[in-house]
Amino acid sequence: MTLDRATPMVKFAGVTKRYGRLTVIDGLDFAIAHGEKVALIGPSGSGKTTVLRMLMTLERIDGGVIWVEGEPLTHVERGGRLVPADARHLRRVRGKIGMVFQHFNLFPHMTALKNCMEAPMTVLGLPKHQAAERAAELLDMVGLAGKKNHYPSQLSGGQQQRVAIARALAMRPKVMLFDEVTSALDPELVGEVLNVIRKLGAEHDLTMLMVTHQMGFAKEFADRIAFFHRGKIEEEGKPEEFFGNPKNERTRQFLRAVLDAV
Amino acid sequence: MLWDWGYALEILPVLGQAAIITIEATLLGFAMAAVLGLVFAILRMLGPAVAWPVSMLIELVRSTPLLIQIFFLYFVLPKFGVTLDAFTAGVLALGLHYATYCAEVYRAGLENIPRGQWEASIALNLSLYTTFKDIILPQAIPPVVPPLGNYLVALFKETPLLSAIAVLELMQTAKILGSETFRYVEPITLVGALFLAMSLVSAALIRQVERALGRRFVR
Repeated sequence: MTLDRATPMVKFAGVTKRYGRLTVIDGLDFAIAHGEKVALIGPSGSGKTTVLRMLMTLERIDGGVIWVEGEPLTHVERGGRLVPADARHLRRVRGKIGMVFQHFNLFPHMTALKNCMEAPMTVLGLPKHQAAERAAELLDMVGLAGKKNHYPSQLSGGQQQRVAIARALAMRPKVMLFDEVTSALDPELVGEVLNVIRKLGAEHDLTMLMVTHQMGFAKEFADRIAFFHRGKIEEEGKPEEFFGNPKNERTRQFLRAVLDAV
Repeated sequence: MLWDWGYALEILPVLGQAAIITIEATLLGFAMAAVLGLVFAILRMLGPAVAWPVSMLIELVRSTPLLIQIFFLYFVLPKFGVTLDAFTAGVLALGLHYATYCAEVYRAGLENIPRGQWEASIALNLSLYTTFKDIILPQAIPPVVPPLGNYLVALFKETPLLSAIAVLELMQTAKILGSETFRYVEPITLVGALFLAMSLVSAALIRQVERALGRRFVR
């Protein structure tokens, strides 16, 4: 398999997800290029968070295939057909993806540093001193060098979320998923988290997918906006185009509603 | 005179020896209950194909008297070619019986772990083993130490059942002393007093452990 930058980093091909009789993602076709930053927006229940969760393998998909760097995520090719993959394949491909959650999900019984060392040591097999070094560097990058030995409960929401970003980065993912990472924060703490994401975007060749309600940030940060409605991408485009001249009536309605609310 | 101090002092060393057997049976039985209970609780989380037979076994053990289980292991298993000495059979029965109760306790602890902890573990690509060992169990176990401690004391107080298969623990020893001398007051009273003393001591120890865990966990 030859890989070049023309191969999408992530590609959803006809992906469907149902909860019982409710179809939350309906035959999604969606490709994200290497290093591209895409913001997923849309009303709640439109399926945007499910897209991230399927890619992180937190949700099983009911149809279609997700490709990561030209390789199927939950399938393997055998005899020209795609069959469900085993846990080993899943873990290998999943290693390229990192995720930051709305509610941080830090490990409460570990310090900030230990939170960032756990996976590199147990999954990548890094020796302790090396994992500690990497964790300290990343905590420094997110502005928390002085909080290394603090437990999550001793940190503010914004600080916890920055630890969570450092923890995900410690696994050196190629794709980072941000699931409403500022939604659970007090308003005055949103900025510090967005600044870290900005810095990441500027300094690293990371592909980023973010579900967000911060329209201002999406507009300034993303290369592309995808508007979800009822499990489908209703409209997508470059931020200037998308926000300046939305073509779809539903998009216009949604933007009017969220921009009015601010 | 109802109480003979001379006799009481004479049998105290014998009962002290028997108390050691009681403590050994308690600790071994509880170690097995604590480990096997955790295994049961985890197996039950691994999907219906595994959970179903485990749940059946737990139900069977919990719905039958411990005394019958002790008899079963000691008298019935030999018919299937498994011969156990009385002490081993007794410890296994105690351990298995209390494992089913401990499994419930662990389950409560495991179910209290927020989904986000599992999801973060998946997102970090941790193996299932690492997830349990480093993430889930360190959070699930400290809160359930008090109820586990209660089962330790409960198991301890059920060790006299082992006298039924002639394990020379406290109760059996007291019965033998009584039948030799026809004096039951001193041996039985002393056995009761020894149980009381040991229960109080272990309850105090458990409180210490709780407090230590509380310090470590709540921040």
